[in-house]
Amino acid sequence: MTATTHPTYIGARVPRKEDPRLITGDATFTDDVMLQGMAYMTLVRSPHAHARIRRIDTAAAKNEPGVVAVLTGKELEATGMLPVFITVPGMNGSKHMPIATDKARYAGDAVAAVVADSRNAAKRAADLIAVDYEPLPVVIDGTKALEPGAPIVHEELGSNLVFTYPVKGGDIDKAFKDAEITVTQRIVNQRLIPNAMEPRAVTAKFEAGELTLWTSTQIPHFVQLIVALNLGLGQNKVRVIAPEVGGGFGSKLQVYAEELLVGHLSKTLGRPVKWTEERREGYLATIHGRDLVENVEIAAKKDGTILGLRIRTVANVGAYLQAFAPGIPTILHAFIIPGPYKIPAFDVEVRGAYTNTTPVDAYRGAGRPEATFAMERIMDRLADEIGMDPAEVRRKNFIPPDAFPFNTISGITYDSGDYEPALDRALAMADYKGFEKRRAEAKARGNYRGIGISTYVEICGLAPSKANSALGVGWGGYESARIRVHATGSVQVFTGTSPHGQGHETSWAQIAADALGVTPDDIEVRHGDTFESPGMGVGTFGSRSLAVGGIAVHKAAEKIREKVVQIGAHLLEASPADVVVENGKVFVKGVPEKAKNFGDISMAAYLASNLPDGMEPGLEATVYYDPPNFTFPFGTHIAEVEIDGETGKVRIERYSACDDCGRQINPMIVEGQLHGGIVQGIGQALYEGAVYDDNGQLLSGSMMEYHVPSAEDVPMFNLDHTVTLTTTNPLGVKGIGEAGTIGSTPAAVNAVIDALSPLGVKHIDMPLTSEKIWRAIRAAGEGRR
Amino acid sequence: MSHAVTVTVNGTSYTREIEPTLLLVEYLRETLALTGTHVGCDTSQCGACTVLVDGRATKSCTMLAVQADGAAVVTVEGLAKNGELHPIQRAFAKEHGLQCGFCTPGLMITAVDFLERNASPTDTEIRHAIEGNLCRCTGYQNIVNAIRTASAEMRQAAGARPQVAEVKR
Repeated sequence: MTATTHPTYIGARVPRKEDPRLITGDATFTDDVMLQGMAYMTLVRSPHAHARIRRIDTAAAKNEPGVVAVLTGKELEATGMLPVFITVPGMNGSKHMPIATDKARYAGDAVAAVVADSRNAAKRAADLIAVDYEPLPVVIDGTKALEPGAPIVHEELGSNLVFTYPVKGGDIDKAFKDAEITVTQRIVNQRLIPNAMEPRAVTAKFEAGELTLWTSTQIPHFVQLIVALNLGLGQNKVRVIAPEVGGGFGSKLQVYAEELLVGHLSKTLGRPVKWTEERREGYLATIHGRDLVENVEIAAKKDGTILGLRIRTVANVGAYLQAFAPGIPTILHAFIIPGPYKIPAFDVEVRGAYTNTTPVDAYRGAGRPEATFAMERIMDRLADEIGMDPAEVRRKNFIPPDAFPFNTISGITYDSGDYEPALDRALAMADYKGFEKRRAEAKARGNYRGIGISTYVEICGLAPSKANSALGVGWGGYESARIRVHATGSVQVFTGTSPHGQGHETSWAQIAADALGVTPDDIEVRHGDTFESPGMGVGTFGSRSLAVGGIAVHKAAEKIREKVVQIGAHLLEASPADVVVENGKVFVKGVPEKAKNFGDISMAAYLASNLPDGMEPGLEATVYYDPPNFTFPFGTHIAEVEIDGETGKVRIERYSACDDCGRQINPMIVEGQLHGGIVQGIGQALYEGAVYDDNGQLLSGSMMEYHVPSAEDVPMFNLDHTVTLTTTNPLGVKGIGEAGTIGSTPAAVNAVIDALSPLGVKHIDMPLTSEKIWRAIRAAGEGRR
Repeated sequence: MSHAVTVTVNGTSYTREIEPTLLLVEYLRETLALTGTHVGCDTSQCGACTVLVDGRATKSCTMLAVQADGAAVVTVEGLAKNGELHPIQRAFAKEHGLQCGFCTPGLMITAVDFLERNASPTDTEIRHAIEGNLCRCTGYQNIVNAIRTASAEMRQAAGARPQVAEVKR
């Protein structure tokens, strides 16, 4: 009697339930919330990357018409500190106040807050605040920050070292001693700026002792928890609502200063307060991603067999530790570096470093793209050194399908996998065999053509709570769901996940519909309101929502179904084993003409006059699902590029990917997730990169200087998939939100380097801009003049 | 000093006293409470704020509301007519051309203007036309599909009507 025996909607391209309001302008984003008597907050941000705050003169600002309040850090200490949810061994945590009090530690660090009747009045007043700064020496590079004599970002810690995180397995010395070949590559995984299209925003009101806070977040329950604890309110008096959220990609996976400030100010000023980020402000004050420098060494035999891998990494965490920052270059990076390969010896050490830059935290993939990039670049370098086809080097080292569950050298257990079919399908789609002809044709045009492969395994479904705890994650990795069937048969699903483009309303309705024998149209999925949902929702990040939150919905729906069957059996005077629930009907097997409607059963549950003996009235179920393991999706991405011999401009001519995320609930949504992820990964490979000058000024400080890919920068993508069910959960689902970003960056870079390999080019650091490539071509003595 | 400005928005004429510094997007969102038009970047890079001003796609974060005096503006709220969705709206939903939906109003408006001028575009022309509208979610593939789908539907609806000369860029 499981719902998955005859799935009807699971696996179907069901149109999205979210779309009608989004295509008509009816949707409400946080900045769309307009309240009577609302005031507006603006923050004054340090123009210096590192400066002692000597004095702040607010007198002129306070006299500006329309100003409600002007407050410095000392007056706002009641907001408490910003939280960090992960503690790795030996970690030197930073004190992070919403408004800096002693010194500013990055350009953009807030030093004062203004509240006024209008945005313009707040901005005018902010300009009148005079801050006396004493500029201090600046360090922006993670490696330099760890050198003796570097400026210290947090004096009380004594150094900029945040942590040293080793992950080891096997005999690495023996591996390098036995090696027939070793290859070393320094890899820079540059800093990225997330650029969710909706800037962050917070709106709050405080009425009758209750704070309602709308915020553009991926984790409304964590915001509720921290706001309640820090502001001294009962959790029952803090309602956090994540309304429509316009993209996140990890950048809204925080409890931010502005959430605490707006909450505090609306409470103390007694009127609604709103803050809306300007894009340039977001570039400075919303978290950045990546920023790792890795020294990667591989030991191998000349036939391509990997013997060992040694990596030394410096992770630039920025000026303060953010909520999940300690877990990203460590747990989500180091453990997954082996990817789809058998690696007998493994020695990784990651050091975190504070610098005078914007704090770094999760950006789509968060650790896994960095891991895959390091592994896939060194695989191509190895293939090049031993003169072996890159596809075959990968194939040779794949974990075989009969080895699952597979314990990796890094100490995790892969659930399931079958890597060769994905590789073979991608190779076929890419016409890999026919490539050399296309390379020759491009050469005849004066261009360089290359093909690049990336095979990956990622870690999703974060996470078993006990594993979380063992790894230093300070909160469980479960997810919650509550299903309420009303007396009339209307179904509401409340989920702890917090979607911002992923279409959970649709996918969760598909899952519940199959279990309850109704249609997705019969089901309303609600999310992001902490006063509606179960007591705690963990939220949406790390490709966890389906594999944890979707399963919670499935299990809650199964509980409801079980009760429907019991009530149906009682009313139909049959054995529960003979009761069928489908198409909105409940009937005895073989007797569909004597069916009860689904609504008859729910009505009976609430009338309660004729229920089985001992049965509780009502038809509701709440589930907290804690998965037994992570999930490990995988796949192969292949990019083919052509480089203009004259300008160095890269054009992606063909892109083929075969991904395996287990069972697909809605293939349309799966494909959409891949398309978007692939473009973000290509963005890193070719276009995007945060640039600071030596004084810590962000030179790539707006969309004018930082190139977010446009429609003209990318091609159509050819997608295929295999289905290898996970053993972790009953639906066999793994997660797909980040796979595109993980697979595409190395594929694109490997393709460009392959194109330039006839010129002797071995590696170029990302982003592979036309200028860098043009220089490489010229350095090789080629290119038209 | 405020100015009396009359703008026709989605077919309704509004006269309001407004500050000369008020941006058109602020006028739409805050003065008229039409919040379907979004602000994504403040620097006219992202196109989330695109509306039609006298039929041409315009980034409303870089135009003052006083400049729209006497103009006819169409926002996302005005695309559907008499409860029936515009073909571009139907196509975005059908082709999964939106995920978070924040950039969607601006993209649909840009596409409406573009399809007025090019009734049967190639994919390359579509990509060029929406180059000033950024989307971080979809990777553009399904947006291109949606605009192509809408163009086909609009051509079919135009049916026997005399063909409008195509403007190729």
